[in-house]
Amino acid sequence: MSLKRPAKDQPESFEFNSSSLEAANKIISKYPKGKQQSAVMALLYIAQKQNDNWIPLVAMKYIAKLLDMPYIKVYEVATFYSMFNLSPVGKYFIQVCTTTPCMIRGASKLVEACKEKISENESELLPDKNCSWMEVECLGACVTAPMMQINDDYYEDLDKEKTLEILDKILKDEIPKPGSYRGRINNEPENGRKTLMELKNA
Amino acid sequence: MLKDQDRIFQNLYNDLGSDLTSAQKRGDWVNTKAITEKGRDWIINEMKDSQLRGRGGAGFPTGLKWSFAPKEVGSRPHYLVINGDESEPGTCKDRDILRFEPHKLIEGCLIASYAIQAHVCYIYIRGEYFVDGQKLQAAIDEAYEKKLIGKNAAGTGWDLDIYIHYGAGAYICGEETALLESIEGNKGQPRLKPPFPALIGLYGCPTIINNVETIAVVPTILRRGGKWFASLGREKNTGTKIFCISGNVNNPCNVEEEMNIPLKELIEVHAGGVIGGWDNLQAVIPGGSSMPLIPKEKCETLTMDFDSLVAEKSGLGTAGVVVINKDQDIIKCMARIARFYKHESCGQCTPCREGSGWMWRMLERMAKGEASKDEIEMLGDVTKQIEGHTICAFGEGSSWPVQGLLRHFKDEIKKRNNFDPIVKETQNIPYLVDQHLLDKNA
Repeated sequence: MSLKRPAKDQPESFEFNSSSLEAANKIISKYPKGKQQSAVMALLYIAQKQNDNWIPLVAMKYIAKLLDMPYIKVYEVATFYSMFNLSPVGKYFIQVCTTTPCMIRGASKLVEACKEKISENESELLPDKNCSWMEVECLGACVTAPMMQINDDYYEDLDKEKTLEILDKILKDEIPKPGSYRGRINNEPENGRKTLMELKNA
Repeated sequence: MLKDQDRIFQNLYNDLGSDLTSAQKRGDWVNTKAITEKGRDWIINEMKDSQLRGRGGAGFPTGLKWSFAPKEVGSRPHYLVINGDESEPGTCKDRDILRFEPHKLIEGCLIASYAIQAHVCYIYIRGEYFVDGQKLQAAIDEAYEKKLIGKNAAGTGWDLDIYIHYGAGAYICGEETALLESIEGNKGQPRLKPPFPALIGLYGCPTIINNVETIAVVPTILRRGGKWFASLGREKNTGTKIFCISGNVNNPCNVEEEMNIPLKELIEVHAGGVIGGWDNLQAVIPGGSSMPLIPKEKCETLTMDFDSLVAEKSGLGTAGVVVINKDQDIIKCMARIARFYKHESCGQCTPCREGSGWMWRMLERMAKGEASKDEIEMLGDVTKQIEGHTICAFGEGSSWPVQGLLRHFKDEIKKRNNFDPIVKETQNIPYLVDQHLLDKNA
């Protein structure tokens, strides 16, 4: 269980803007009548997107009202799942996977790079609020380890130098190209592929 | 090696494109109606004949699972739920299906929904796979547009709606009842079984839950016949499987291979061998992090299927093969896995919530050589007290890797942790709480 604390400075009010509300209603309609509570995770996610990548307490109250469920249940969900940020994170939120498959391929070098470029401690916001990083558990791209996630995109097959390059771009407000940084196609073996060869040549 | 034409996932590396037109060229959605017209019993029997076992880790026979769904739909509707909450360290196969073979999955959803009489299917995808989930959503939209799903899906006369539900970074939601809780909008804490989801599942209705890979192979099995699938691999461990080979190999990759393939062939042929040569191999985790590791001596002859790995006191799990060579500190590797489980425990059952932290802290100390001799036995004892004493299989998943380490690398731990806490000098320390540490003979 990860420990999560809501931020000290909380905004006064929160409301979905029109596009968020539209998306929220679309999601609520996916579930049977009377089971609108199912949409709580998706709605928290929408709130997070709208509010610079973190969820204030007022947003939880707002969602509780919208879905007609107790506030404490929304709070429970928001604190249980690790992807909901309860305090501000950077505009570019960098998550470095350090679980064993990444670790044995050198994920600690990626952490080093983040420490050099961004901040000594994880989850520390830069003064301009542009960037923050943290270590996370397995992100499910073990074959292309080590890897990191910046907002929604995966950056795979990294080493320290490539990570530094990516971070340099991020700090200049450019979005680097996601995917493998060793130039391989998806999860194929890098050289000496032995299967589905006819398709490759076609 | 498996012949290319027997590989189900022709587009595993996205050589061909994942859109509907190219999927149809590969044989997806070709006359789906003909399959459903043969009837529910035929579909379920064919699945039983194929001896397909669930690809999510537990390896439960799929045909049997489907047959548990009530034959008649009562007052409660049936649901099909697809488990795409792939979070097991070492595993990344479902992601490739979601982004490159979405139509195999969607067609499988239609056939499975028809077989278990569900009109609504939820696909639960882990939140981190947002981009891949969007690719699946695009494929779903495409299928709706071409009337392959929706009302009278693909001309079968069956109505089916497919929705994606995103997770938000909880490993435990890969457990089927936790996944249902999560869809219902609660914390992902597993439920007690029985009642099993096949009778009381999502919203209290009959629900069948299958892994992404399991459902995605269904259309191909039904087209080519259960007998064809059963002819691959060996008895009770049939068919093909996507193996994810990661860790210290030269070319880590995903590859679809026949069940019962020798581990050595997987590593040497497909993954380009161990870094530093085969002799540099230390151990292999054969099926995702919750399966006990296997030392090098046994890797020589090991074949990869459910039963042969159980015989080695391990398991195939999700077939995420993590190769660890001698450059790595094996205790550290396992300590990191223990940290993963400590982080991901849902906190519902005390043995798991507390025990996973104990195991992590003890292993961290053992990696540094700060543990005392008798702590090694104590660690084994802790794992035994977690295993079997929890609501879900997370207890086993967190204690098995530690047990595997103790089984095969005990000497290594003993060598490093020589610390003896007994106070040897003749002393009388009345305020010492641990009086038993004073050597009585000194």
